[in-house]
Amino acid sequence: VSGTALLAVAASGLVGLGLYGVLAQTSVLRKVIAFNLLSAGVFLVFGVVARRGAAAGLPADPVPHAMVITGLVVAFAATALALVLTLRLHQGTGAVSLAEEPPPRAPPEAP
Amino acid sequence: VSDSLFDLVLALGLFGAGAATLAARSLFGAVLGFVSTGMIATLAWVRLDAPDVALTEAAIGAAGTAVIILYVASRVSAGTAPPAPPPAALRALAALFSAAVAGLLAFALLHLPEPAPGLAAAVLTELPPTGLGNPVTAVLMAHRALDTLLESAVLVFAVFAIWSMAPDRRWGRAPGPAFASEANGPLAFLARALPPLGIVAGIYIAWVGADAPGGKFQGGAILAAMWVLPWIAGLVAPPLISDRPLRLAIAAGPLVFLAVGLAGMVFAGGFLAYPPALAKPLILLIETAMTVSVAAALACMIAGPPERRPLA
Repeated sequence: VSGTALLAVAASGLVGLGLYGVLAQTSVLRKVIAFNLLSAGVFLVFGVVARRGAAAGLPADPVPHAMVITGLVVAFAATALALVLTLRLHQGTGAVSLAEEPPPRAPPEAP
Repeated sequence: VSDSLFDLVLALGLFGAGAATLAARSLFGAVLGFVSTGMIATLAWVRLDAPDVALTEAAIGAAGTAVIILYVASRVSAGTAPPAPPPAALRALAALFSAAVAGLLAFALLHLPEPAPGLAAAVLTELPPTGLGNPVTAVLMAHRALDTLLESAVLVFAVFAIWSMAPDRRWGRAPGPAFASEANGPLAFLARALPPLGIVAGIYIAWVGADAPGGKFQGGAILAAMWVLPWIAGLVAPPLISDRPLRLAIAAGPLVFLAVGLAGMVFAGGFLAYPPALAKPLILLIETAMTVSVAAALACMIAGPPERRPLA
């Protein structure tokens, strides 16, 4: 079994783990972390495909690499926005999840 | 054989750290699991011959993301019970679905066509006109410059979105909560000792990106960390979000990129085309402006919307 094949399986596994976390965990912050696991897996899939595209003396295809670098920065921006939304949700309602009913305690002091 | 063994350890480590992230009892444990996954993924990127991605993954994907999650987690988790997990049947269904997706993906990846299609040869033949030595930078700045331009605009809009979360009466104030100052604490020491080295390292990594692994995103992320550190330590007040130089710094990258792109329509026969004689200087000009913008935007994203309430 080649090393690239092993990393391909691990990348797929990370996608699965992240997907499960996004679906099955209730805390919004846990969902955000799981979403980042999912994206780490997807990016590694790009890495595996790039490695297979090695040609012309280059060890890997640079086009997927450039896409992943772009993707990492956009994923960071999306995560930062999701976190600020979570923080505002918590400051406004005291909630840490997206449950149907808000928790039965009084909201904290207005921001 | 030893190479394959290393890859096996990496693959097991990736999956194990990912599973530990989900299984962690505390939010803090989950963040630690996530950072570990990111660091192992960084090694995997090195093994996949992608040092440029490895640097980005380490700086932004693992460390930067963990910092912003921890920062919000420490303020959200205080005094709130974790919500009840969904029913077991629902979790089993989610597990089944996720395993099926992962299984199909792995199967597809192991049965990709041979020989693999790719653009490596095309990138290499088109490398000399750009004057760059790093093929990944050539893709980012020339061959797929439109992606990079749009991405730099995404950063500006992300900062807009985060600032717009501020309550109306805080608009225009300094980003983030009021950071406590502890003049002799370890954080204050780090905030004094690290920036002289970090700023040099950040500029160096941004500069060598033209010919070696590195670039504006990796260098910009380090510069952002060096800028935010004295804010968090309470040594320096962050600039106000209404501050014109700050806003200019955030927008400079996409503005310069767009201006060069539009000039290309007149002088080089196409949007985002460079006149051959000026390709390298123009790319360096854009990279410089983008390094400043990436650093400013990431710093503002880490600090968050203006709040001025004390950090819990």
